[in-house]
Amino acid sequence: MSVTRRGFVGGASAATALLTGSAALAQKGKYDDGASDTEIKVGHTGPYSGPASAYGVIGKAIDAYFKMVNDKGGINGRKVKLVSLDDAYSPPKIVEVTRQLVEQEKVLCLFNTLGTATNTAIQKYMNAKKVPHLFLATGASKWGKPKDFPWTIGWQPDYHTEGVIFAKHLLVNVKDAKVGVLMQNDDYGKDYYEGFREGLGKDVSKIVKHVTYEVTDPTVDSQVIQLKDSGANAFFNIATPKFAAQAIRKAADIGWKPVHYLNNVSASVAAVMKPAGFENGQDIITVAYLKDPTDKQWDNADDMKAWREWMAKYNPSGNPGDAFNIYGYAVAATMHKTLEQCGNELTRANLMKQAANLKKLTVPLLLPGITINTSATDYYPIQSVRLQRFKGETWELFGDVMSNESA
Amino acid sequence: MEQLIQQIASGLANGAIYACVALALVMIFVSTDHINFAQGEMAMFSTYISWQLIQWGLDYWVAFFVTVVVSFVAGVLIERIVLRPLHSAPVLSIVVVFIGLLAICNSVAGTAWSYLIKEYPTPFPKELFGLSGLIGAHQLGVVIVTLIVLSLLYVFFRYTPLGLAMRAAAQNPVSARLSGVRVDWMLALGWGLAAAVGAVAGMMVAHIVYLDPNMMAGILLYAFAGALLGGISNPGGAVLGGFIVGVLENLVAYLGNAIEKGFGVYIIGNGEKLTVALIIVITVLTLKPSGLFGRVVVKRV
Amino acid sequence: MSTANPADTATTTAAAVPASPAAPAGTGADRRWVWIVVAVAAVLPLLHAVVPDIVSDYRLFLMSTMMIAAIAVLGLNLLTGFNGQISLGHGAFYAVGAYTAAVLMDKLDLPYWTLLPLVAAVCFVVGFLFGLPALRLEGHYLALATFALALAVPQMLKYKWLEGLTGGVQGIVLLKPEAPFGLPLSEDQWLYYYCLIVTVLLYWAAWNMLRGRSGRAMMAIRDHHMAADTMGIDTARYKAVTFGISAAYTGIAGALSASAIAFVAPDSFGFFLSISLLIGLVVGGVASLPGSIIGGIFTVLVQNSAQALSNFVKNDIGLPYDLSPYSVYGILLLVLMYVMPTGIAGGVVLAWRRLRR
Repeated sequence: MSVTRRGFVGGASAATALLTGSAALAQKGKYDDGASDTEIKVGHTGPYSGPASAYGVIGKAIDAYFKMVNDKGGINGRKVKLVSLDDAYSPPKIVEVTRQLVEQEKVLCLFNTLGTATNTAIQKYMNAKKVPHLFLATGASKWGKPKDFPWTIGWQPDYHTEGVIFAKHLLVNVKDAKVGVLMQNDDYGKDYYEGFREGLGKDVSKIVKHVTYEVTDPTVDSQVIQLKDSGANAFFNIATPKFAAQAIRKAADIGWKPVHYLNNVSASVAAVMKPAGFENGQDIITVAYLKDPTDKQWDNADDMKAWREWMAKYNPSGNPGDAFNIYGYAVAATMHKTLEQCGNELTRANLMKQAANLKKLTVPLLLPGITINTSATDYYPIQSVRLQRFKGETWELFGDVMSNESA
Repeated sequence: MEQLIQQIASGLANGAIYACVALALVMIFVSTDHINFAQGEMAMFSTYISWQLIQWGLDYWVAFFVTVVVSFVAGVLIERIVLRPLHSAPVLSIVVVFIGLLAICNSVAGTAWSYLIKEYPTPFPKELFGLSGLIGAHQLGVVIVTLIVLSLLYVFFRYTPLGLAMRAAAQNPVSARLSGVRVDWMLALGWGLAAAVGAVAGMMVAHIVYLDPNMMAGILLYAFAGALLGGISNPGGAVLGGFIVGVLENLVAYLGNAIEKGFGVYIIGNGEKLTVALIIVITVLTLKPSGLFGRVVVKRV
Repeated sequence: MSTANPADTATTTAAAVPASPAAPAGTGADRRWVWIVVAVAAVLPLLHAVVPDIVSDYRLFLMSTMMIAAIAVLGLNLLTGFNGQISLGHGAFYAVGAYTAAVLMDKLDLPYWTLLPLVAAVCFVVGFLFGLPALRLEGHYLALATFALALAVPQMLKYKWLEGLTGGVQGIVLLKPEAPFGLPLSEDQWLYYYCLIVTVLLYWAAWNMLRGRSGRAMMAIRDHHMAADTMGIDTARYKAVTFGISAAYTGIAGALSASAIAFVAPDSFGFFLSISLLIGLVVGGVASLPGSIIGGIFTVLVQNSAQALSNFVKNDIGLPYDLSPYSVYGILLLVLMYVMPTGIAGGVVLAWRRLRR
């Protein structure tokens, strides 16, 4: 299957259609690989197998979103073809499939690739080949460097900033704090931890215990016991969903009731709070930038209603309480808007330019007050969050929007 | 001191998990002389079946026993259909088949039930003999169930004619056949038993670690270590090995903490549990190559 | 009257690693095929000028990864296929090789082509050291001990005191090698030739070794350990040294992959890597040198084809049920083992023989 040939044929037939005067919605424009009058080919990889396969849901949501977009006529008259391959959360594998997507499938860009190690592996390549590497599915703080890597741009609020926010809240609200930290022993965990330490500043000695766990560990029960024994009265829980749920439940089981800060990655009601037990999760604090599907206050919001319809029609096997489906929808919507903003100039350079030119963009399901902003020097699209606390069976927002907008 | 006791108790709790799974691993080995890498995934799949039955309204123990029976039948069928044609194939080819089974079980479970973690109920009351503060009621229950299964198996193999026939078929197929034992069916039964024990292990474990398709991956390796340590041909030894591994890994963490507190230097900790487990396993095996309680094989020329 | 006794359960495993029907080292016919393949492989990138779409950089890169996998499987084959010591942990040596190369390139700025001898030496020592306690382990115990090794290596790579060297969980980003002497080759084309040269050299070395005394000793140990011992072969030394050589081969493959992927991280070397190597070994053909090459090609191809097959099933057949690539992979393995339990190399030889009759 040679895409260029198909693209050429597609372009030729569209041109013929125009010449013969039939009304075509597609218009001619400037194109790079992967774009044509009728089609935009977008690349995506995700962990559909392997240890991180829980995140494969995001890829499915993105696919479902673009099916909806295509049914509604596409973007500026062009259908979106999403080519999504499995990277198994493994750096060598993602290098291989990325090259396949760029050189074989000839996609216009790659977006929402997941994982810090995996993205690090392809970052240099994408920038060398000048292919847009957009809206990465990782909050590592190192993605926003337009000078060194002008083709790579993140999306979600970065972990480092989140850690800083928790630390600042702690300093203000918890007297005589003694903090215990549970950290997944990898890049993601370290990023949060560094941010937390930075936020504490000179009070970093308030961290009385720092324990780690590996993804291969069956449980983190023993780590939680260690934390309780250290006498900590505050708990920073840097764990992915399964382990976060275990930690929440174990803490309740052994009668430890610290001020509990939970990282945003595990803030999903369906994936974490419910299995952990609602009664065990009361008063847990986390940040949010997207609406939670179980939060009743959004039931009548237009974007939430549209999302529910979309779930029912295009993503019926998805769990309506799973925040990953919200995430996938929102990031795909961002891609949608960016592509739309390109108009008929679907070149890689222009796509990157538009991605770095999002001004106060709102996409569905962002919390009110939070917008997406990028510029040639600001490669952090979302830098605002709100704090929320778990009450009853869902999250309750409190406080103002906290921003870390750079120029 | 209190933390030490806590860690040991927590280690025993983890060890109960490893012991249960190690028992299932050893079952396969004892009946068929193969190490089944797909054991963990099969156990996970059985647990999902029981979860589904509970979702459909069945009582916990009813679902439990139905799942055990279904797993038994499935194990027999797998042996008859998947492994039968490969009886004469080299060992490594069979290992590859196991890995294929592993892949299929894992991905089918993921597709059918999604990768969201699920809560799995526990049949044990919150307080069990008043010890639940230390070791947790459910964990204690796991230990008891493992010991019950172990004794049932022991009685079965030692004192029933069928058990004797199975042992004979595993140790010496040729002579067993000559004595009238249907060796093929003994192998199938062995698989069925192992699948059933695996299902029990999975159902016990799921409450602690949450049910998801990758639930067994981490446990499997510690269970292997436990089975190795205790001697892979000895069910009782494997159970003991599982407990030892559980306690040992927690003690490593404890030791690391103590060193850090005492000397302010981080040498080992939670991040090195696996490495230390490896070193221990290799050291024990170097000194006692068949494991602590394994049958020492004497080779005759 | 010799009846099978419990002792055989232990030796069964060792003897259960029989040679596939394909001759281990070249017969005349085999050798001719090898030369043809090498010649075609050498000429292939030059066709880029003629058919740039087919002989694209991406395809050459893919073929380089196949060669790297082939070397790794070859290393495993030396140990498991020709010497009867089952290893489920060769991913560990692959990781050691990759990291050694990465650290040398990163910290000492050594050029990539000086690395291979160094990496081979380091991995040989590591393999040998592991081979020593392994002497006491048989069959399943050895398999599981190596399995444990494979699992522990990513953790060890993340060890706090080594972080300065290994980059911890962040990994190390490297540069891809460029063509020397100003040859007009792209990075991928040069990588391809570099891997090809290394592969040919290593294959030739293995073939030579297996043809001679050492090879026969190794295989004697595999076939009947006790008899080999009695005949005066220093089994301990051979077994440990074979472990070392096997580790060196796989380590070299790891070092090449560090250059090819231009990135190393602990996550790249999980337990699945070791399993893939073993699967490549079996599918290609145990105790068969051409089988190792086939195994290497298979290891890389199977991932792509599983994905393609899964997409085909989803899009073209329109099953309501999503068949993930992972399940396709599992099914593929089962089918292959049914049709060719002695591996593809063995299967091809058997089919060839049947046709000739």
